[in-house]
Amino acid sequence: MEYLKESTFIQIRAMAQFWPYLFLVIFIAMAIFSPWISPFDPDRQHLLARLKPPGFEVRGGVFWLGSDELGRDVLSRVIYGARISVSVAFLSVIFSGVVGTALGMLAGHHRGWFEQIIMRLVDVFLSIPAILLAILLVAILGPGIVNVILVLSLSRWPRYARVAHAQTLSLANREFVVISNAMGASTLHVLRTHIFPNIFNQILVIATLEFGLMVLFEAGLSFLGLGVQPPAASWGSMLSTGRNYVSTAWWISTFPGLGLFILVLSANTIGERVGGLPTDRDTKS
Amino acid sequence: MIRFLVFRFSQAALTIFGVVSLVFFLQRLTGDPVALLLPETATEDDIKVMREVMGLDQPVWSQYANFLFDTFKLDFGFSFVRNAPVSEIIISRIPETLKLAIGALAFSMLCGFPLGLIMAFTARRQVSKWLMAFVLACQSLPTFWSGIVMILVFGVWLQWLPTSGTGSLSHLIMPSISLGLLSLATYARMTRTAVLEELDKDYIRSARARGVRTARLVQKHLLRNSLVPIVSISAIEVSQLLAGAVVVETVFAWPGLGLLTMQSIAARDFAIVQIIVLLGSFITVSANLISDLLYSIIDPRIRP
Repeated sequence: MEYLKESTFIQIRAMAQFWPYLFLVIFIAMAIFSPWISPFDPDRQHLLARLKPPGFEVRGGVFWLGSDELGRDVLSRVIYGARISVSVAFLSVIFSGVVGTALGMLAGHHRGWFEQIIMRLVDVFLSIPAILLAILLVAILGPGIVNVILVLSLSRWPRYARVAHAQTLSLANREFVVISNAMGASTLHVLRTHIFPNIFNQILVIATLEFGLMVLFEAGLSFLGLGVQPPAASWGSMLSTGRNYVSTAWWISTFPGLGLFILVLSANTIGERVGGLPTDRDTKS
Repeated sequence: MIRFLVFRFSQAALTIFGVVSLVFFLQRLTGDPVALLLPETATEDDIKVMREVMGLDQPVWSQYANFLFDTFKLDFGFSFVRNAPVSEIIISRIPETLKLAIGALAFSMLCGFPLGLIMAFTARRQVSKWLMAFVLACQSLPTFWSGIVMILVFGVWLQWLPTSGTGSLSHLIMPSISLGLLSLATYARMTRTAVLEELDKDYIRSARARGVRTARLVQKHLLRNSLVPIVSISAIEVSQLLAGAVVVETVFAWPGLGLLTMQSIAARDFAIVQIIVLLGSFITVSANLISDLLYSIIDPRIRP
């Protein structure tokens, strides 16, 4: 009996290790199934039930997390907000990762002027504080969800490029690369079959860490009014509304913030376990 | 050493040149910069005058040369929205942001160093795991949310601290903590790594074998040897804080450079936004340069 108890306890503790993956799956499910699981239409206004506290009963349901200044259900908006956060972060990680890795590998493979141009460009992009670069680009391009993805990809590709470049250089003198080059293999062939599989792990670690950062960036831009535009439910813009009602309706800002925090914490914890968070700060902002 | 200095300085200069060019061409790529530089209420005549003032009738390359030359001369142009020279406006905001950055840096150092030390000394115990989780949480907290929560708890419910604005020292507390949380995580991590590395060395072990007490060990050996690399990252940390100030200043209505950026974007005052971006990257490049130079003075082996 003693033995059984102990083993169950250990099993529960081992299961508890999976919490970041569990949360990530929950948020992704929220993003995919938001129309089916959210109790209300996120944009539906109940003008007679504005700024109501959590648990307020209204015709057609209950505001489990309260309602905002236009009488919209906070829970539904949080669920739809997950859709924006997850999809923007996912797409910008994919775009910046593909572009950055490709350019970095090419720069490492084709030494000379091409490498110089790409890597100096990387220096330039990394020397502008990421949030300022994003603000500058949004100010020029204008806000909106597509532009946010574009801006985030544009500001984050150099990080992948720098790593891909360094890794490609370190592989350049290995036998399989040298021989493949000597036998006249095309650049595409060498990069695809010899270089990429060998650097994929490092790229994946960066992508995991970047995911949390992208979520924060999207929310930050939306908070500043430069990201996803109203009435679309973004956690960042909900927080910015909530800031104005912090003394009368704490629930408007608390729940989207909590969602943001748990999603980013899960992504960072996974990243930490996969590869360890970097200590150099040029990657964060 | 001279060669290294020349190399690093020219690299930094090249990067700055690249940033200035990038800002110029990004502006031109989107079409008419006059639309970006003038307020929305500008009339046809204003636009025409502006074109002549800016020399937009000249070819792009001579405009580019002028922009480079003006920036080099520290002539940052004129804000037509605020009707004042850009440099004047920016300089008037710098002290507020500097105050905030110093407050945040002080907070993150005062909490980060001891936290890192404790984590290093308890590395094999459960306490260290919990502290590490706390540090990771600090790193994952969105600045704007931690700010709002603090306003709610300390400003609205407990009414200990003012919710926004500037003035007394108590105004500085919440924005500093909110801005400093991320740096706190960095300092704690860096200190932990550096001290753990140092703890493994022979001289520490022999000191321990001689029976030197932990407090004295930290004071006499560890701090001296592991603090230097940590302090030299502070240069980079400052530049990060200045970028983070954009959000924190918006949350707390703190009248510094960050709030100026947001106000300028809202007013479509691009003349100011572009110079703030240039300033931000100039500070980042200089910070990287300083920290590289500090490292090379401490450890001459890294010089190429």
